[in-house]
Amino acid sequence: MSITDTAPADGASPEPVAAGMPTGPAAGAERVSRREPSAVLRMSEAEAAEIGGDPDDPDDDELVLLNMGPSHPSTHGVLRLMLELSGETVLRSKPVIGYLHTGMEKTGENLTYLQGGTNVTRMDYASPLFNELAFSLATERLLGIEVPERATWIRMLMCELNRVSSHLLFMATNGMDLGAVSMMIYGWREREEVLRFFEKVTGLRMNHNYIRPGGVAADLPADWRTDVAELIELIEPRLDEYDTLLTGQPIWRERLQGVGIISAAEAVALGATGPLLRGAGMAWDLRRDEPYLFYDQVDFDVIVGIHGDCYDRYAIRLNEIRESLRIVAQIIDAMPSGDYRTQDKKVTPPPRARIDESMEALIHHFKIFTEGFKVPAGEVYAAVESPRGELGVYMVSDGSSVPYRLHVRAPSFVNLQTLPHLMQNGLIADGIAIIGSVDPIMGDVDR
Amino acid sequence: MAERYGAPVGGDRPSRGQAVIHPSPSQWFEVAAAARADGFDQLIDLTAVDYLTYSADRALPEGVQPERFEVVASLMSHERRERLRMRVQVPADDPSIPTLFDLWPGAENLEREAYDMFGIVFEGHPDPSRILMPEDWSGHPLRKDYDSGEIPVQFKAASNVR
Repeated sequence: MSITDTAPADGASPEPVAAGMPTGPAAGAERVSRREPSAVLRMSEAEAAEIGGDPDDPDDDELVLLNMGPSHPSTHGVLRLMLELSGETVLRSKPVIGYLHTGMEKTGENLTYLQGGTNVTRMDYASPLFNELAFSLATERLLGIEVPERATWIRMLMCELNRVSSHLLFMATNGMDLGAVSMMIYGWREREEVLRFFEKVTGLRMNHNYIRPGGVAADLPADWRTDVAELIELIEPRLDEYDTLLTGQPIWRERLQGVGIISAAEAVALGATGPLLRGAGMAWDLRRDEPYLFYDQVDFDVIVGIHGDCYDRYAIRLNEIRESLRIVAQIIDAMPSGDYRTQDKKVTPPPRARIDESMEALIHHFKIFTEGFKVPAGEVYAAVESPRGELGVYMVSDGSSVPYRLHVRAPSFVNLQTLPHLMQNGLIADGIAIIGSVDPIMGDVDR
Repeated sequence: MAERYGAPVGGDRPSRGQAVIHPSPSQWFEVAAAARADGFDQLIDLTAVDYLTYSADRALPEGVQPERFEVVASLMSHERRERLRMRVQVPADDPSIPTLFDLWPGAENLEREAYDMFGIVFEGHPDPSRILMPEDWSGHPLRKDYDSGEIPVQFKAASNVR
């Protein structure tokens, strides 16, 4: 299938595109009714509550509207779903989100570029370093500064390890959702080892604020090569154990294969990126197709599925852990010596030792941490391939030391649109597998 | 590249070399449809900016009348590995533009978010409702004249108010 012949996914015919936009209220109503057979339940919470208040009629075999979440163990946080059911079959559904919305984009307008990292890192809390990376890349593009080579390699190292820890978390929660409880324990166990390395490098297990505009916050510890080599040695054989535990098991396959199928055309039309898009058979990975950092200098494969079902998405993430470890192994050899942050005095505070001997250095240090550095006016979009898909930062600067507008293109937020389409005509139990396979992080969805 | 859609092209300076075009609100849907027909098969991102208190030079190309709101859409062509950004000026007194849902169904959540946060109406959207804020919320939080201190304290009816 060609990727260009994307038809609107939920049954809307493509004719109005060529004919131009129909106008007037009649045309609008016609368009809405044309979309009725859609997978998306377009009903407000108030309407749903009204229907829910009707008394139950035992002789009535009509459709049932069921609320699932926001506090449900398999909804990965505070995702709420409105399901239209016929028996146990899901017909239409609507994800209701916003329970974790704390206005982080608004908060970002009040934090300097140096403080901004602490804000964005809390969005996708399973892969915080990617948020920081996208934010830093956008800031650096506005500033027009170059980052030292070592800093770039450190960023790659940390991000790939973060991809490993994030996918391990997926393995754990996906296993738990489907009843493979031992997988949950194993996933958390291995992830903890990666987080332990993060704690050693950044001081924190998550929400690191480690990647900052201009480089990274601190250099790697002296024995990082041993630590990372041990991590690879530990995790790689464990992945083979997961294979034994899950991949070939009939129960596991039965739960995932043929469940939640999406085609490449649908995925593209709905804006899906990451494993969701690759699972549908489209080889698209920003690390390869729009190389940033030094991804063009390392060797790795883009893992692609065939069927676009939950099983493919599981297999993709499992194998992406292997690919990430492969990249990490190359980074151990490629890591150059040098600065871990730019020596551009405009964005980098003076070293601690200088502050004790120079009044100017002290003032400079004070100014950078109180006022922040000014960033030239303009607008920019920077995107990275996070474990969940394209994570982009759109930033507008007015020349001051805080962003005028900070928008995060959250992969989980956009990917969530595919849920009703994946769940349509499936069972509720399959819905659990599907939510897990989309792997939404609610902090990323709601921001 | 961008010239062929018949919309003014953004200068290089404000966008750091990224391809930007500035269609007018009336051109918005046509230009988007032309871009989609031209291979931009995915709507990656759609958001808005409120330029109410913007102090610097907006650096818009000639012929583009600056307005308070701007809707920004990022398109992706997988075949050519190319991105295109469309920026449209939306006036404050009539903040509405046509929806892109008919071209890219993926616009649904993104446009709902832009409506929720900025109050921009997307004509013809199948579900023009709030997405992140509660349904009965008033105001649009990311507008520059929406002061975060205005939000009333919740649970003030609780018995142990301090």
